[in-house]
Amino acid sequence: MAHPAAPAPKAPAAPAITPISLKKIAPWAVFFGVLMLVLLYFVGAEQGATSLISGADVHEWVHDGRHLLGFPCH
Amino acid sequence: MNSISVRALLVRGMLAGLAAGVPALLVAYLLGESKVDSAIAYEDGHSHDHGVELVSRTLQATGGLATGVLIYGVALGGIAALAFCVALGRVGGFGPRATAVLISLGALLTVYVVPFLKYPANPPAVGDPDTIGKRTTLYFLMIALSVLLAVGALILGRRLAPRLGNWYATVTAGAAFAVVIGVAYAVLPAIDEVPEGFPATLLWQFRLTALTIQLVLWTGFGLLYGHLAERLLVPKAASGQQPDPAARTAATAR
Repeated sequence: MAHPAAPAPKAPAAPAITPISLKKIAPWAVFFGVLMLVLLYFVGAEQGATSLISGADVHEWVHDGRHLLGFPCH
Repeated sequence: MNSISVRALLVRGMLAGLAAGVPALLVAYLLGESKVDSAIAYEDGHSHDHGVELVSRTLQATGGLATGVLIYGVALGGIAALAFCVALGRVGGFGPRATAVLISLGALLTVYVVPFLKYPANPPAVGDPDTIGKRTTLYFLMIALSVLLAVGALILGRRLAPRLGNWYATVTAGAAFAVVIGVAYAVLPAIDEVPEGFPATLLWQFRLTALTIQLVLWTGFGLLYGHLAERLLVPKAASGQQPDPAARTAATAR
């Protein structure tokens, strides 16, 4: 990217910030977005309404967190 | 800009979420556990027993609670950081710190408060185990609706801004969001499964505590993440003096 010789004539208190291009964000957003949602699923819903792992160990382990974080627990 | 800055912003988001989870965990432990215990005591005195105890109450209240709250912090911190990457420089003329605080406020409202007003947090003993599927579906549906509608409102506001100006565009978009959410509240089924005789004060205090946990989490996240993002994105020597977008771009690519 070219470096302008003189500073852009913007208000000094709130200089403009170049947005990060969406193409750069997309792979991170897709991969980590899904990963984060999987984490939330295990904290918030696994072995409640649906079960990927049999038993109730996950449910019982995060039981108090689930209630206090507002998820329907049982 | 290259993807290093996205990675750096994402990692900081997850760390800020973990760090903000610590005071939230303290609130949950110090204020919340007594309410969970009272609710379980009520449950044991009135209805079915839980059968074999897989995890002791002590573990549930310490290690289990910590696991839940901290993973929740990391996961939402990461998602908020991704939202921050998209919002930065696109929503108004806000710098990194203000953007981070606005993202936190938006997340608190859309991910928690708006769904909470329809489907509030419930202590043990409140809620029929047979309807867990329905309640879970409705709760996650409400979160998804709230987040998607908020994004829609944001886009609407940006479209309207050239015509109405920032203030009235924001008010209009906010009003549109409120109206559609109101319709969703009215249309989605109500859930009232509080057992007869369950102490009203306990339910009220439990829900207030649940809300407090979120307030603490998102306040902490907004302030901490704003600080980290500002430090990453704004060159130290130049902060406040060098209004040169190219300098910032170069700094974020480091």
